[in-house]
Amino acid sequence: MSLSPFAGIGFKPQHFDDAVRSAPTDLWLEVHPENYMVDGGPRLAMLDALADRFPLSLHGVSLSLAAAALPDAVQLQRLRRLIDRVQPGLVSEHLAWSSWAGRYVPDLLPFPRTHEALEHVVRNVMHTQERLGRQISLENPSHYLVLDGHDWSETDFLAELVRRSGCGLLLDINNVYVSAHNLRSDPLDYLDAFPLHAVTEIHLAGHAVDETDTTLLIDSHDAPIADPVWSLYRHVLSRGGARPTLIERDGEVPVFPVLLEERQRANALLTNEAVLA
Amino acid sequence: MTTLAGFQDNFAEALYDDAGSFSLARHAAFAIYRNTAMRACLDALEANYPAVVCLVGRDWFRAAAAVHVVQSPPRDARLFVYGDDFADFIEAFPPAAGLPYLADVARLDRLSLESLFAADVGVLRPDGLTGLDPDALGARRLPLHPATRLFAATTPAVTIWQASRAGVAVNDDLVWDAEFAVVTRTDLEVVVTPVSASALHLLEAIGAGASLADAALSTLAMHPDAPIDLNLASLLQVGAFAP
Repeated sequence: MSLSPFAGIGFKPQHFDDAVRSAPTDLWLEVHPENYMVDGGPRLAMLDALADRFPLSLHGVSLSLAAAALPDAVQLQRLRRLIDRVQPGLVSEHLAWSSWAGRYVPDLLPFPRTHEALEHVVRNVMHTQERLGRQISLENPSHYLVLDGHDWSETDFLAELVRRSGCGLLLDINNVYVSAHNLRSDPLDYLDAFPLHAVTEIHLAGHAVDETDTTLLIDSHDAPIADPVWSLYRHVLSRGGARPTLIERDGEVPVFPVLLEERQRANALLTNEAVLA
Repeated sequence: MTTLAGFQDNFAEALYDDAGSFSLARHAAFAIYRNTAMRACLDALEANYPAVVCLVGRDWFRAAAAVHVVQSPPRDARLFVYGDDFADFIEAFPPAAGLPYLADVARLDRLSLESLFAADVGVLRPDGLTGLDPDALGARRLPLHPATRLFAATTPAVTIWQASRAGVAVNDDLVWDAEFAVVTRTDLEVVVTPVSASALHLLEAIGAGASLADAALSTLAMHPDAPIDLNLASLLQVGAFAP
């Protein structure tokens, strides 16, 4: 099922009953496919029940597409099986790496955007799209560190990746805000250079101040969406038009109606601010 | 300029080892990656070994788990299966030496987890073997259900595990004996059922592919007083077999 150009919510198992009983008819949900890569049992049963009722977006965190190696073949197979099972409207991943030399690091790690790195990412994305039999979208990462040795700005890197691989982009506006703060750059400059035509989905989330280094913001997803992120969202809508928009919350998860309220706020902007595409 | 592969080598090594020479790792912000990765690993182990957490407390558990993460970082992106060698780690972990049942409790947590995520197939119902004549029954081979697991411990780990998962104290009159259990999943719920040594032996033999007659003989050779009929009935009752 394809996604409505309205706002969706990142699914949490504790919201299952609320979602199935009382969710608006145009709601869509996003899940991390890794959590459902099981042979059977209650998790898979829950995902099947969600897929019967809602359009789904599968948002992966583990393909490690910005690595100097192809994504894990078994993991790709598992993802393909889930795609065939739930027929998601969107499948997305990250411009980051997490697997290397047989180990999995549960984080989204940065890399220097060199010409060589671009070759790896293009090859990995094309390989993934071929194995999955569909387009995927890549999300712009959060940055904490200034890396040396970039040949490309991130926005140019993503535009070139789109051009060469045919992938889409997932624009995470909270990541743009957090990264600009941490790298001391201007989020509006970034957004104005972003290839908005390729954006298939937008993410909105909350962030926090790092506990040990209070000059840094962390992409923590454990708070309501901050006002500056809402402002940047309006800016994007006024330039790029309406896109399915996800309300992401992974920590300090509130009751379902609170997420529905944030979703309503996004829906109002999608209706009133977006230019007609 | 290093290649992407070289950058990844250095970065990955510095995540779990803060003594290296990777210059990026000296930035304060590098700790964010270190902390995020470690926290995710600890959260996963905590979720995967709930009875152990309950017995030793969250702080002790996370301190021990952090040692395990460095020794044995995840290899699979599915963190809900992370820690398949955690029980062995506990067994050899000197600070846990005073808790001789802890590794067994961890093993039972692990088997419960495996059962939870096993494939969906039907269950052979308790009446599934009625009506067979004795020869046909004896010749019958029964496949174990994919979610069925067998557990044997030299400690009373089943009683301790059950008390821990129920959040209650273990009775003072706990008998320090070997214990056995069968882990099954029916109606999407994992159930741990204490069984006798003979019932476990019978299930093990059936699971190894023996006919019911051969499994019974092998069980009786080890446990001459084994109530084979009752054992089989109780295994059918908990849904240990696939149709």
